Amino acid sequence: MSSNLYVVIVGCGRLGSYLANALSGKGHSVVAIDIDDRAFANLSAAYSGFRVEGDATELAVLREAKMDKADLVIATTHEDNVNLMVAQVAKKAFSVPRVLARVFDPRREAVYRRLGIETICPTSVAADLFLRSVGRQAREGEA
Amino acid sequence: MKVLIVGGGKTLYFLCRTFLAKGHEVTVINRDSEECVRVSRRLKVTVVHGDGSDPAILEESGAHGADAIVAVTPNDQDNLAICQLAGLQFEVPRALALVNDPDNEEIFKSLGVTSFSTTPAIVSMIEQRTALDEITSLIPAGEGRVNITEVVLSADSPVVGKALRELALPVDSLIAVVLRDGRAVVPRGGTKLGAGDRIVLITLPENHGPVLRAVTGESS
Repeated sequence: MSSNLYVVIVGCGRLGSYLANALSGKGHSVVAIDIDDRAFANLSAAYSGFRVEGDATELAVLREAKMDKADLVIATTHEDNVNLMVAQVAKKAFSVPRVLARVFDPRREAVYRRLGIETICPTSVAADLFLRSVGRQAREGEA
Repeated sequence: MKVLIVGGGKTLYFLCRTFLAKGHEVTVINRDSEECVRVSRRLKVTVVHGDGSDPAILEESGAHGADAIVAVTPNDQDNLAICQLAGLQFEVPRALALVNDPDNEEIFKSLGVTSFSTTPAIVSMIEQRTALDEITSLIPAGEGRVNITEVVLSADSPVVGKALRELALPVDSLIAVVLRDGRAVVPRGGTKLGAGDRIVLITLPENHGPVLRAVTGESS
């Protein structure tokens, strides 16, 4: 991948806007998509990317965001099924080289791993961190 | 057959009724508790309240032993997830998804999910109805690459009185069936067409107009 990436971020909520602001700040070309244009208020004043208002499960909206040119797609909406569909469409229909999807339900994550989609599950990540912290406390208790 | 149906509204209700009338066993999954109660009162089906794209709900609904699953929710992403989960995790042999965005039909296919869209059929019907009154139905098949049309031949049609082999229909078109006196006949080269015959035409979108004009004689 080149140093300047074309990144499409689907969902401009807390996570999506954070990523959009950070990646735009690093000099990447960013497009943020959200079904509700009020979500774009989360973007910082320094954000230099594009905004596309629309439903990301509609192919025409992804075309408008020029997803065929994307080096990276990150699906961060609050709906697992939207993220999983967008991720699959990005890979299959637009041949995007790298696609990441947020999935809340760990049981769904397992199935979609089998489909070859890179997923990040906040529930599993948080649980992991909690357990590690508990493990540390237990070990310190033993010592 | 054991069928799972995920969705709501009239689509769900009449799908259930039709499956039940054919003697199938139906389980319904719906997110709305009030609708679940309504459906269970009116139909002899098992009703499960919950999200059909949740593996736990599918399991509870008996997805493991189901012969088919139909996803007819108003959201394409949910219908996709339901069918993929049912196939991958529960090995349901047949899954069918409703797509609301007709563009998604092709995409779902590439993702291994069979789907159907009502939009192209409605558009074709309206377009054809307004063009010619003798055309009684039109169904797109093969992802819209093939049209199946029923046409009633009027007495002044240029093909009436002629045998099939005498017709100069455009290439890539076919008169597949002739319906006459309540009987359906697959015609051969020697079959003569008569006024009042209902013919079933196979055409491609590219030659649909010219073929229709050749059989009806009307210029539209």
